[in-house]
Amino acid sequence: MLFQPINRNYHDFSIVRDKDLCINCKVCVRQCSYEAHFWDETRQKVMHDNAKCVGCHRCEALCPTSALLIQKKRSDFKDNALWRPEFLKYIYKQADTGGVLLTGMGSPVNIPVYWDKLLLDASQVTNPSIDPLREPMELKTFLGSKPDKLEFSKTKDGSAKLKTKLAPQIELNYPIMFSAMSFGSINFNLHVAMARAATELGICYNTGEGGLHKSLYKYGKNTIVQVASGRFGVHRDYLNAGAGIEIKVGQGAKPGIGGHLPGEKINAMVSETRMVPLGSDAISPAPHHDIYSIEDLHQLIFALKEASEYRVPVSVKIAAVHNVAAIASGIVRAGADIVAIDGVRGGTGAAPGMIRDNVGIPIELALAQVDQRLRDEGIRNRASIVAAGGTRCSADVIKAIALGADACYIATSALISVGCTLCAKCYTGKCPWGIATNDARLAKRQNPDVAAQKMVNLVRAWGHEIEEMLGGMGLNSIESLRGNRDKLRAVGLTDTEMDILGVKHAGR
Amino acid sequence: MNYVIIGNGVSSIGAIEGIRRHDKDGKIVVIGAEDTAAYGRPLISYLLAGKIGPERLALRGEDYYARNGVELKLGTTATGVDTAKKTVTTDKGETVKYDRLLIATGGIPFVPPIPGVQGEDIYSFTTLAHANTLIELSSKIKRAVVIGGGLIGLKAAESLHDRGVSVTIVELAPRILSGGFDEKAGRLAANRLKNVGIEVNCGVTAKEIQRGKDGHVKGVLLTDGRFLECDVVVVAIGVVPHSAIAKEAGIKVERGIMVDAKLMTSAKDVYAAGDVAQAMDQLTGEHRVVPIWPNAYNQGYACGRNMAGAKQPYMGGLPMNSISFYGLPTISVGVVNPPDGDKNYEVHALLDEEKETYRKLVFRDEKLVGYVLVGDIDKGGMYTAFIKFEMPLAGEAKDKLINAGPEVFLWPAELFDETWNPEPAKAAR
Amino acid sequence: MKRVYPNKDFCIGCHICELACLTAHSKSKDLILAYTVERGESGLSSCKHVHEGGPTCVALSCRHCDEPSCVAACISGALQKDPETGRTVYDREKCVGCWSCLMACPFGAIARHPLEAKIVKCDLCHDRPGGPACVAACPNKALKQEER
Ligand SMILES: Cc1cc2nc3c(=O)[nH]c(=O)nc-3n(C[C@H](O)[C@H](O)[C@H](O)COP(=O)(O)OP(=O)(O)OC[C@H]3O[C@@H](n4cnc5c(N)ncnc54)[C@H](O)[C@@H]3O)c2cc1C
Ligand code: SF4
Ligand code: SF4
Ligand code: SF4
Ligand code: SF4
Repeated sequence: MLFQPINRNYHDFSIVRDKDLCINCKVCVRQCSYEAHFWDETRQKVMHDNAKCVGCHRCEALCPTSALLIQKKRSDFKDNALWRPEFLKYIYKQADTGGVLLTGMGSPVNIPVYWDKLLLDASQVTNPSIDPLREPMELKTFLGSKPDKLEFSKTKDGSAKLKTKLAPQIELNYPIMFSAMSFGSINFNLHVAMARAATELGICYNTGEGGLHKSLYKYGKNTIVQVASGRFGVHRDYLNAGAGIEIKVGQGAKPGIGGHLPGEKINAMVSETRMVPLGSDAISPAPHHDIYSIEDLHQLIFALKEASEYRVPVSVKIAAVHNVAAIASGIVRAGADIVAIDGVRGGTGAAPGMIRDNVGIPIELALAQVDQRLRDEGIRNRASIVAAGGTRCSADVIKAIALGADACYIATSALISVGCTLCAKCYTGKCPWGIATNDARLAKRQNPDVAAQKMVNLVRAWGHEIEEMLGGMGLNSIESLRGNRDKLRAVGLTDTEMDILGVKHAGR
Repeated sequence: MNYVIIGNGVSSIGAIEGIRRHDKDGKIVVIGAEDTAAYGRPLISYLLAGKIGPERLALRGEDYYARNGVELKLGTTATGVDTAKKTVTTDKGETVKYDRLLIATGGIPFVPPIPGVQGEDIYSFTTLAHANTLIELSSKIKRAVVIGGGLIGLKAAESLHDRGVSVTIVELAPRILSGGFDEKAGRLAANRLKNVGIEVNCGVTAKEIQRGKDGHVKGVLLTDGRFLECDVVVVAIGVVPHSAIAKEAGIKVERGIMVDAKLMTSAKDVYAAGDVAQAMDQLTGEHRVVPIWPNAYNQGYACGRNMAGAKQPYMGGLPMNSISFYGLPTISVGVVNPPDGDKNYEVHALLDEEKETYRKLVFRDEKLVGYVLVGDIDKGGMYTAFIKFEMPLAGEAKDKLINAGPEVFLWPAELFDETWNPEPAKAAR
Repeated sequence: MKRVYPNKDFCIGCHICELACLTAHSKSKDLILAYTVERGESGLSSCKHVHEGGPTCVALSCRHCDEPSCVAACISGALQKDPETGRTVYDREKCVGCWSCLMACPFGAIARHPLEAKIVKCDLCHDRPGGPACVAACPNKALKQEER
């Protein structure tokens, strides 16, 4: 620790290099953007500085001889159930810097994951299961407002004709979309990849609040354009570029606070797309300065509908907070066609750790409550519900749908598919996987050809699994599962939790 | 189509490959005075030095001519061309008809009119036969004088030295390698030669070759009065175009056979390539005889393509030489000795005598037009690119080239993409 | 013919292609031995070279030109065009180490062998069942072998 702060050695990871395997090829040196590996000229070999490692595993992944092991450094602080090591480290750090603890990605803290406590049903004997390989299976999902009732008229030749005018819908081949990750927080290559993947899959990706680069307008049919409090990149063409518009009110990882993209990340392309000056900070205020009531939201929703000539549905995205059901109800009444709810485990490019880990509620509870409330009020058909925040696998998706979601937004899973290891250092802009960075040296690590293929593969794989699980339950369309909580049972939950989720305990 | 090629050097090989790129069927006849299949002429110095055996001389594989449908007439000299009748006659009394003719007769050693130069013990060093003669001789002689400190002279000297002959070089110019190399490069090379024991005399030449009563050479009297005792003299001053056959056929010859943009001579359907041709130079746009190997192949190739109907202009030759002296590699490309005081040129030279390395870059109109490398030659081709593709090098790019060396990222983006990662349709080049 | 095309936009400069090339051309076919032993003992070296210029990098090797400058310049016939495969082939036995090809190839695709008077040049891994090792090893698909 020579010449270093005294807490420097309390780092999280250690790098283990197998001497028999390491050939000193320097691949790790070139890959680590935190400069944890380095070439030692005097010793003529590759060395490392454990304290710099953030545990992203990039070097381990690329080491051609598998010589590297990135291990957790076992802190030898005295066991203490209250003062767990992370709190000590937080305090040491803040005592040094006097600053807010920043972090990235979704919260890693031990908030109950209800997905893991919910189990699905399957058919036995009485109602036969369906084999998705032999029989048609419908995952097609339409997002948007559905009419209260359908009216038909008879045509001259006696056939029926739909009289009711349908609201605009977003058509998805899978009940899955790539969630909002702004251009700037992740780089252009991944936007290209998401756009291409969404197009190939017949789903949508969300631009996030950073605007849409002109070259991506061609993927508009599979794009949802987002309008956030900073109004970055919002203009008439932008609003008309996509298949839907989303007003971002809140984000699960940082409910109640805004965003801040530092000037260093505003390169020429980001600046052009966001419509902010080159190199100046892009600050999203915590609230929309024109929304102080449901009436204000109503105005904005209709302003956007006007601007897009009522051709596309308008979504409102909120963080899952205590009164989420009442808020959602207000949003639907304000005219939103889609309500997107982002749970406490939702990801982020940068957020204060305290907020990420302590503000908001789990998506499972929020989703169940919103669905129930809208049903109770008889307005469930007026809007679709999209669940976001910590969807890890196809089972999570299918459980979300059974709890009442129309579709899921996935962001973290999509990033993991292209290499992210959740090291949570997105906010440094040095992402060694080339994801949360605009540094040209790093961003090129995401080749859109490769990334798009991975995302496509992921969603296709989930699609197959969802079909299997649906078929197992004797259902042949995702529509039949929506809000069908009878297909879920809880294990190890309290009566209150089960009541909120609207599910019975396993065995009942 | 009947193709006839006079001469069986590398130009001829180039021509065969150029013809066959377009015309797989036409008949090709090659008439060659030497009695071997085309060989690496520069390899004769490796042969003389004992570095390679005769089996490694052939330029192409054994079945090459058969595979390419070539009728070889070796040991046959073409004696005349009738451009009206479109025939070639040979010393074997044959008359060969052609539709397209290539004259690739190369060069012949230039022997200056020094008193005593005619007679025994005087050798040239441009053919396999010359090399074989010298190999045979080398065990019998002790001392040789090589007249000419150019490329061929130095190679002859080095090779004879390797055979145990004590060698002295005589060069009229103030330094060796005055053609392709500059003074500093020449000095580094001369040092290498001196260090191994080859004597190098510059700024003098042979005044007279003196012979004994038996007619054999005794030694060489130099213009500075010194007398160099020796058993043989190798005259290696250079080659002159072997253009007699063209001249006699009424084809326009200046220094060499004049050719147009497609390498056709003044006679229709008659082409010329290689050491015998006076073809366009890429950098000056002038017609020059530049007797070097790559030009010979390239011109032969371009002739071949055009004879087969490709209508491809010849891109122009680029002087270039790569030669090593006892392990010291040197490369020289393009204009390396710009006219003294000519403001259009800018020269950057870097000499490290200790490491025996030297680099000289010559710029004209914000472009690289020449370079010399001694010792550290690894980036040679990368420098050549800047000359060959005439890449603009203004300001920062030029500084980078000078300070950090040649790098593909200094290439214009378009050329880079076209070269390395072209759109699928544009790839062939 | 199928050539290897490098994409500078997505070359991440990891140099793994060089390691793959080295291994593919080694005796042991073992990266660790190739890199730590054969490189030193027999001068084994990669035909592929990663060029770096600021944030950009690109892995280059012989383009197997249609009309190669190296073939024109080679005084020994060691470099020739294979009319069947289109490859620019190198016959090590014939090579005399005159460096004419190194001088003539404007693409910097020829390197001197570190120990012998021979050159090192890409052979497109013609006898490797999986095609060029560099293409197979590139972790970011910045090298493609295809017909263009
Ligand atoms: C020792 C030596 C070393 C050299 N080293 C280098 C070097 O390192 N790099 C370099 O670039 N260049 C070098 N050169 C020059 C290079 O060899 C020539 O530029 C090249 O060989 C020219 O090729 P060509 O086909 O034009 O002519 P040549 O190779 O001269 O071939 C012409 C052929 O035509 C034959 N011929 C002539 N007249 C007739 C006729 N009437 N009928 C039939 N056949 C005829 C000749 O016998 C000869 O075989 C060297 C030359 C020599 C001699
Ligand atoms: S990448 Fe692996 S083999 Fe290469 S220097 Fe690093 S640890 Fe060693
Ligand atoms: S930060 Fe990532 S790349 Fe660097 S040493 Fe740690 S795990 Fe490896
Ligand atoms: S070595 Fe150079 S000139 Fe020869 S084929 Fe390869 S790229 Fe072309
Ligand atoms: S170094 Fe070898 S391959 Fe290259 S030109 Fe010389 S002889 Fe030919």
